[in-house]
Amino acid sequence: MRLIDRNMTVFLGGLFILTVAIPLMQGNILPGYAIQLAGKYLCYALLAVALDLVWGYAGILSLGHGAFFALGAYVMGMHLMREIGTRGVYANPELPDFMVFLNWDSLPWYWLASGSFAATLALILLVPGCLAFVFGWFAFRARVSGVYLSIITQAMTYALMLAFFRNEMGFGGNNGLTDFKDLLGVSLSSPEMRLVLFIASALALAGGLLLARAITASHLGRVLVAIRDAESRTRFLGYRVEHYKLFVWTVSAMMAGVAGALYVPQVGIVNPGEFAPANSIEVVIWVALGGRGTLAGAALGAIMVALTRTLLTGWLPDAWLYALGALFILVTLYLPKGIVGALGDLRPARKQSKEVPA
Amino acid sequence: MRLIRLILLCLIMPAAALAQSFEEIARALPEGSYDDRADRVSALASSGDPRAEALLTALVGGDLAVLKSDGRLVIVTDGSATDALSGDPAGSVTRRDVTPVRVNNNLRGHVRAALGTLGLVAESPAARTRAAAQVEAAPDPAQLSALEAALSRETDTKARDALEIARASVLLVAPDATPDERAEALALIAERRGAAAQGRIRPLLSDPALKDAARTALADIERAEALRGWGLTLWQGLSLGSVLLLAAIGLSITFGVCGVINMAHGELVMLGAYTTFMVQEVIRTHAPGLFDWSLAIALPLAFLVTAAIGIAVERGIVRRLYGRPLETLLATWGVSLILQQAVRSIFGPNNRQVGNPSWMSGSVEVLGLSLTWNRIWIMLFALAVFGFLMLVLRRTALGLQMRAVTQNRAMAAEMGIRTGRVDALTFGLGAGIAGLAGVALSQIDNVSPNLGQGYIVDSFMVVVFGGAGSLWGTLAGAFTLGIVNKLAEPLAGAMLAKVMILIFIILFIQKRPRGLFPTRGRAVEG
Repeated sequence: MRLIDRNMTVFLGGLFILTVAIPLMQGNILPGYAIQLAGKYLCYALLAVALDLVWGYAGILSLGHGAFFALGAYVMGMHLMREIGTRGVYANPELPDFMVFLNWDSLPWYWLASGSFAATLALILLVPGCLAFVFGWFAFRARVSGVYLSIITQAMTYALMLAFFRNEMGFGGNNGLTDFKDLLGVSLSSPEMRLVLFIASALALAGGLLLARAITASHLGRVLVAIRDAESRTRFLGYRVEHYKLFVWTVSAMMAGVAGALYVPQVGIVNPGEFAPANSIEVVIWVALGGRGTLAGAALGAIMVALTRTLLTGWLPDAWLYALGALFILVTLYLPKGIVGALGDLRPARKQSKEVPA
Repeated sequence: MRLIRLILLCLIMPAAALAQSFEEIARALPEGSYDDRADRVSALASSGDPRAEALLTALVGGDLAVLKSDGRLVIVTDGSATDALSGDPAGSVTRRDVTPVRVNNNLRGHVRAALGTLGLVAESPAARTRAAAQVEAAPDPAQLSALEAALSRETDTKARDALEIARASVLLVAPDATPDERAEALALIAERRGAAAQGRIRPLLSDPALKDAARTALADIERAEALRGWGLTLWQGLSLGSVLLLAAIGLSITFGVCGVINMAHGELVMLGAYTTFMVQEVIRTHAPGLFDWSLAIALPLAFLVTAAIGIAVERGIVRRLYGRPLETLLATWGVSLILQQAVRSIFGPNNRQVGNPSWMSGSVEVLGLSLTWNRIWIMLFALAVFGFLMLVLRRTALGLQMRAVTQNRAMAAEMGIRTGRVDALTFGLGAGIAGLAGVALSQIDNVSPNLGQGYIVDSFMVVVFGGAGSLWGTLAGAFTLGIVNKLAEPLAGAMLAKVMILIFIILFIQKRPRGLFPTRGRAVEG
């Protein structure tokens, strides 16, 4: 299996062209906020790739991947809060505004590392990674699978949502973290910073795709597919199924965390709503639409749905949920392999029909 | 003891013993020593005469006077006089026409106490009870004699109870009561009044004679209160459990039989609630008299509406996805989004008003706990639905077939069971029960398009915890989670309690991946 197959070539090529073209077209052909919007879509795409890695290749349907995304987002948000410094409403050099408002006199211990950018980068990987590792350790060891696993992943993100809504948790409660000013001393609203974040998102997506592809194209990836298709048989062949699952699950969660971390500076806010179970389920339909187990397809699906959402909520706000609902039904019924999978089916069929008369 | 009281009684109430008429005593009010006059006031108050209240009120307010012209006793208000005994107007008077009946502070206090006991001799037992409660709220040693007189006459048990407590309250503050009497009174109050008496008993801890009695009484009260608190928590837990049972039981049978998770279940519950709303709207405009029957009418309608939608979803979508449970989950999520948005488009995003029928409002007192009728009815209803489902599963042909399909689909099909039909009917039944749950939940929750979303995660937890497809498991799961939730709430707060329960279930699945009551069979092997 080649690392960069045909789908991957096309997608990465397209991604490169867009990354160059969107900044050039912004302001003349595209509206001024196009870079921010495109950067947001790329983060969604990375989240979709992360989900496709576990669902498409290991058969783990996570309804809680939004939790890892949101955790990465919160880690980044905490760093951005610390960078506000004395420019906040209460001008407290140490504490974010909401802590001053709650009459807290010092930073909770879990906020201490957020002052350093390097530590934040590490935590973006570590926090979702650790949660996924612990959760996966328990879940896979007990052989929780199928719909049961889906339901408890949903419960996980729901529990986190409830927890983050509490003011006492120290993450801004209902309002979340917002009013960010700058990152590494550069204003978040400056065109340069936006361009950098956009390009970083594109690079993260490309990197995520390549990493996922490297995993799935390896021997480990084949074992994963075997687990997906016949878990018991794989176990009887002597593979430690739970170790494979745990590995890919943790990698996927870290990838989702990176997506969340890149998302926050581009949208300027993170609140407990990111943990809502509905968000996580929506990610699943991105993957299903683009094509489960195709990686590039998942990214494509995310971008397509997000773009449709932006356009449709602008024109016909009420129609969006109908469209999303219909998408869930129609894709599962009529497009089980997604767009990329369906296109893939067309090609060999043509080749075969040529071969048969010959 | 009793003899002493009796003697006391006779000493205190010479006026009554003399059996003078009300008029004679009243006319004698201005005369004699303040002690004699105090006795007369007591006599007037315990006479049971309806004129006593106005007379004594006027006396304490300084409005009672004697007309200089003919010596009549009058009540003066704003310069016009009324005969205090006959109630006839006695013309307008100036200050010079009358001699006010004098009162000093001592007598004024005595009159006030007597006024408080007036109701004790009222006609109706309810009025006597009220008066006793007033005495209890502001006890005055001067009222003791009137209370004891009233007690000796009292025949109504409720009024007697109130009088006894009032007497005990008075004894507690009476300076001349013996320590034994006071200790007895203390015990009586602590026993009958419970927590409400804590404030009254606590100051007695500094009284050397009553210290020990007060301490034991307070400890008893605290123990009783703690017990009541546990009872209340248990009740709330059972109530939450019955709601969870209603929301989850339909989900559980579809999961058990068809092996699919119906993500639109919450929305079917919501549709049941909206059906109730529609029924009540029609009743309001066309037949307001039927309002108390609105829930009874809504139940079958909600069942039919949601069961029809359920069967349509099964035939149209779920049927094509059998063997792919995860895809079913996604497709039914799509259905749920569409149903939610449809309700939002038709009824608007705001809460809709669904009323309680009269038999569901109010509350009842059981063992010191105030239980609201709507919660009681919902609990009974949840158990009734459970019993109904049990009957369907155990006693009908469909139930037999459903159990067969749950255990082994392929074998059931071999035996000639039309599994497709069983699936559709099961799905319809599960959806119909969601509709019934919606009717019940419309009574305690906001009827909005988001109604179903609030229950979906919780009902999944119940199903996972109890074991899919097992009715007993769902019952046990629902009540366990309900009670645990309410037990944890005071310790950790509502949100954290929920988080803890979710973590607990995630850990629980480690030990029993198929829930408390795992279904034997193949359908649940995903």
